[in-house]
Amino acid sequence: MKASVLTHSIRSGKFRRAIRLGLRSLWLHRLRSLLTVLGIVFGVCSVIAMLAIGEGASYEAQEALKKLGSQNIILRSVKPPEEQKVSNNQNNYVLDYGLKYEDIARIQATIPGVTTIVPARVMREYVWNITWRVDAEVVGTVPWYPTMRNHRVAQGRFFTDTDQRFAENVCVLGDRMAQTLFPLESPVGKTVRVGQQYYRVIGIMEALSTASKDEVMQSTSTQPAVDRMFIPLETAKRRYGEVLFKRRSGSFEQERVALHEVTVKVDRTERVVPVALAIKDLMERNHKKKDYDVVVPLEQLKQAERTKQIFNIVLGSIAAISLVVGGIGIMNIMLATVTERTREIGIRRALGAKRNDIVTQFLIEAVILSGAGGALGVLLGISIPFIVTATAGMKTIVTVWSPFAAFTISALVGVVFGLYPAFRAARMDPVEALRHE
Amino acid sequence: MTPIVQLDDVRRSYQMGGETVQALRGLSLSIQPGEYVAIMGPSGCGKSTLLNLLGCLDRPSSGRYLLGGDDISALDDDSLSEIRGRRLGFIFQSYNLIQQLNVLENIEVPLFYQGRPEAEAREIAIQLAIRVGLERRLDHRPFELSGGQQQRVAIARALASDPILLLADEATGNLDSSSGREILDLFDELNAAGKTLVMVTHDPNTGERAKRLVRLRDGVLESDVRK
Ligand SMILES: Nc1ncnc2c1ncn2[C@@H]1O[C@H](COP(=O)(O)OP(=O)(O)OP(=O)(O)O)[C@@H](O)[C@H]1O
Ligand SMILES: [Mg+2]
Repeated sequence: MKASVLTHSIRSGKFRRAIRLGLRSLWLHRLRSLLTVLGIVFGVCSVIAMLAIGEGASYEAQEALKKLGSQNIILRSVKPPEEQKVSNNQNNYVLDYGLKYEDIARIQATIPGVTTIVPARVMREYVWNITWRVDAEVVGTVPWYPTMRNHRVAQGRFFTDTDQRFAENVCVLGDRMAQTLFPLESPVGKTVRVGQQYYRVIGIMEALSTASKDEVMQSTSTQPAVDRMFIPLETAKRRYGEVLFKRRSGSFEQERVALHEVTVKVDRTERVVPVALAIKDLMERNHKKKDYDVVVPLEQLKQAERTKQIFNIVLGSIAAISLVVGGIGIMNIMLATVTERTREIGIRRALGAKRNDIVTQFLIEAVILSGAGGALGVLLGISIPFIVTATAGMKTIVTVWSPFAAFTISALVGVVFGLYPAFRAARMDPVEALRHE
Repeated sequence: MTPIVQLDDVRRSYQMGGETVQALRGLSLSIQPGEYVAIMGPSGCGKSTLLNLLGCLDRPSSGRYLLGGDDISALDDDSLSEIRGRRLGFIFQSYNLIQQLNVLENIEVPLFYQGRPEAEAREIAIQLAIRVGLERRLDHRPFELSGGQQQRVAIARALASDPILLLADEATGNLDSSSGREILDLFDELNAAGKTLVMVTHDPNTGERAKRLVRLRDGVLESDVRK
């Protein structure tokens, strides 16, 4: 019955005219209509904008963590606090800290589930091509480093087992340093100089995203992002010795570090957490000082997901609250409108309007209000992330569904909060309504 | 011939606090097609109550009301709305035009609720506006019109659905004598063209222009004179 009334209304153009009428009444009170919908506008706008910014931030974080590998556990050498320095004599320190080759052996021997281990030595050096110079980290590592760290070779190749066995002087350049050192030509096949040693360039790494580069940088320094040059670990051992001495200028302080970074790959994702616990335990028993750090990207990934979930719940609550507040605003103004237009309602009823016609009329106005507010909010909410990206350089992601959901829900708010005023209008006694004021 | 209006012992009472106010106490009345009836009587005698009943805006507390032969006492709200829109035309003392609509749109309102096509409604509205002499005011809004002009729009609107009965409550009450006379001339014209009219008035001169004068007192019929 209701449905047939509705289809009839639509067929006779009644519905279209009712919308036009609603628009007209709202236009008559432009300022009031605008003020009424501001609540919904800002509610929808802020939710879409915050969602986009949050989505962008969590995407970046997750990408960075994925680059580190969700099946990986990363151990890093960390310089222990000053007072624990081992001093040989008054002026001559040899600071001996960090990951040892024995650590790798122990992990491999005692912990099940560990498939691959990537050791890395990191040396801060100047890399030269004739007169071009780059301050870089020279990383001595194993051939399977790229697969383990999800960092691919863009051009040429990575070094092989053979290169490793013969301790060849070959290197793979980081993306940025390749451009700086060889601005005019392809570096593959050319040589670079580090100290007294010459290395043949055999490949160039892919560019890293900004966030993951920051993540990698945590390993050695807090300096601005430094590019890495990769050489075979054997080569590094030959050129720099089994352990690395670092002399600080102006003092006699020396550091001795065997390995800077060890990446452990676990066979199954479910085993990452227990293996990490076992490694932490093992390291604790064998290192008197806390001269290492264990990073589990998977845990961080999970943490990031939890954080995002909480963020989404908070956002959802804000959205719900602001929509309810906006809806109450609309209800309030619709009640005022209904009272104000009591006489008009009486006239329309006398001229043949059914209760349904009156409900439709006021409901349409409420939905136009909330829908327009929602649309305006969506427009603002979509533009704010662009402004944020343009000005603050933050990554933002406007998910496809969020504007649609926001618009639909705000239109629904109009229906929900417009129903009561509309029914109140329709229930009025025509005689009373005509006598009004 | 079926009477347009047939009232049988109609009563209407209102609950006011604890006590019952009897606005109409047993009224019987019959109005034939083409009649022009004036209803008069002292204030509070029940004239407006009667007109609201005739106009299906209200229902009798007891008694029977046949409009064009159909009993309306048993009808639901939607059917009453339908009858108001299709068979009745109202003219009020304070014009009761819808302020945000212009002349043509006001005339179209009853047609809108009947679901008539827009073009057809527009055609009817233009014809009626011409008939009441407002052809130069089609897109004016009510506040841009004089009282007499507004009342003429209201008459055109009442005629839009070609009703079987026109009801006017103090239609000239707010007008000066000359524009009041114009409205009454229009009523004469409509009646001459066959429309059945019932009007409530306080003014004896106005009442004189009708062909039948019904006097009420305290909710009952006092006199009923045909000329
Ligand atoms: N809604 C109502 N509630 C209570 N009493 C009412 C109501 N409407 C009318 N009455 C009473 O019914 C009686 C008749 O009222 P009605 O409005 O019909 O008088 P009237 O003849 O039109 O008077 P007037 O010439 O002043 O317009 C009055 O006593 C009035 O107080
Ligand atoms: Mg009255």
